[in-house]
Amino acid sequence: MRGRIALGSLLLLATVAVAAPVHAQQQTPSPASPRHERLIDPDSRAVNEGTLLRESRRIEGSILIPDERGRVLIQPAGRVWDYYHEVLLRPIGVVVIVGMVLALVAGYLFLGQIRIAAGRSGTKVRRFNAIERLSHWLTAFSFMVLALTGLNITFGKVILRPLIGPDAFSVVAQYAKYAHDYMSFSFILGLVLIVAIWVRDNIPRKMDLVWLKEGGGIIGSKHPTAGRFNAGQKLIFWFVVGAGAAAAGSGLLLLFPFYVTNIAGMQVAQVVHSLIAIAFIAVILAHIYIGTVGMEGALEAMGTGSVDLNWIKQHHRAWLEDEVRTGRIPQQTLAGAPPQDRSSPLATS
Amino acid sequence: MARMKFLCDADRCIECNACVTACKNEHEVPWGINRRRVVTLKDGTAGERSVSMACMHCTEAPCAAVCPVSCFTTTSDGVVLHSKDLCIGCGYCFYACPFGAPQYPQTSNFGSRGKMDKCTYCAGGGGTETPGSIEEYRKYGANRLLEGKLPLCAEMCSTKALLAGDSEIIAQIYKERVLTRGYGSGAWGWKTAYREEIKL
Repeated sequence: MRGRIALGSLLLLATVAVAAPVHAQQQTPSPASPRHERLIDPDSRAVNEGTLLRESRRIEGSILIPDERGRVLIQPAGRVWDYYHEVLLRPIGVVVIVGMVLALVAGYLFLGQIRIAAGRSGTKVRRFNAIERLSHWLTAFSFMVLALTGLNITFGKVILRPLIGPDAFSVVAQYAKYAHDYMSFSFILGLVLIVAIWVRDNIPRKMDLVWLKEGGGIIGSKHPTAGRFNAGQKLIFWFVVGAGAAAAGSGLLLLFPFYVTNIAGMQVAQVVHSLIAIAFIAVILAHIYIGTVGMEGALEAMGTGSVDLNWIKQHHRAWLEDEVRTGRIPQQTLAGAPPQDRSSPLATS
Repeated sequence: MARMKFLCDADRCIECNACVTACKNEHEVPWGINRRRVVTLKDGTAGERSVSMACMHCTEAPCAAVCPVSCFTTTSDGVVLHSKDLCIGCGYCFYACPFGAPQYPQTSNFGSRGKMDKCTYCAGGGGTETPGSIEEYRKYGANRLLEGKLPLCAEMCSTKALLAGDSEIIAQIYKERVLTRGYGSGAWGWKTAYREEIKL
């Protein structure tokens, strides 16, 4: 043991002895060097913008003023974000949103409205209760405001500003911004409600595959059955949940600058927010189309909450059968008989 | 017309922060906002350099490009100004700015950031106020350019590290300095702001 310590000490001494002269040589300039050669070159180890930017995407240092955010000196990524926002974003938005509108118009012209094949029965079946409709319209109304004010901040200066002039447009944009900021919270509330109420009915089932394979009955003459929600509605639901969460998350990062992320993070958040918003608007346009002019008898589900018996038989037979089996809808409804009393989930129209 | 620019000779800057103080005092900039700041890179090492930074008044300014209400104007001197009457405080300019110039009086109140504030190159504001008027002063600060004076930060720089003036003239001064003393760490931010560097 003692021998080992002695050996260790010797080695240590030897290392110091060898290292010391080397260290000394680095510090002292050679006295033999000519006069005109600089003994100290202040530039030799000076930081250089080009080198720093090759090492990292931004140049950061230290700062004396009590504002930590000022530590970032240069971040050229701002130019990249500028390019995305000014060159790429609007064409993407136009292609996706106008493309969807054109596709829907084409769909209407070639496929027409999806009618109730057996005609209206006159018997109504309760489909959505008041809480469900409230949650839907809370989300829907918030989304409409967010979509329009969001489009204004991207397209306003090329569409609305030339029409109403810079001063009026700034006033509109100012209120639009406030609306966008505050309506985000009611949108998030609606989203949470929708998930809480409908997530159980939107879990994918085997019959969804059949529904998708038969094109949902939109293309072709088949009428694939579905539970409370068909595969198309389930896709919309999960898209709304996913895109809504991502839009809300990225939006909150922008709403509370520097709480979570720096400017680089906010650039990414804005890119995510805008791309999701464009897809969201396109998908919701399709959702609005199929819920209104695209399908006979669909809108009343979210209006009065009750739909025609023949409509539900055509589109959600499996759900109707389940409801009858569990007794939530009386047996005689299937035959189209008038209801026993007004308090039942049925109401004659 | 001149093309006004800033050039910080980092080999001369001694991080005294007098430019920061002079700017705050000259324009009575509100608390929490610094139109100019000094950042020290590699502090405490042999290669340490300090750079005084504010709005660089970029060529094809990204802030002006992304502004959703187009509140920016570039003067005939190349100074980038904005109108606080048109500004809606959306924050886009500060996502786009490579130099962290745009700032807001509030940054946390549900995105109600208030009107953006940044260096005006001591050239007043881009609003409708009469140049040199008290209204312009209250909103944007002094209009020294109107009086034939250059930005105060550069004018009072003790080591003349910070240069302001016509691009060609300040580039020439910097070139002469570098040739005389034999070194120079470059015109910081010029490549990003003006897409050009000073050829030596």
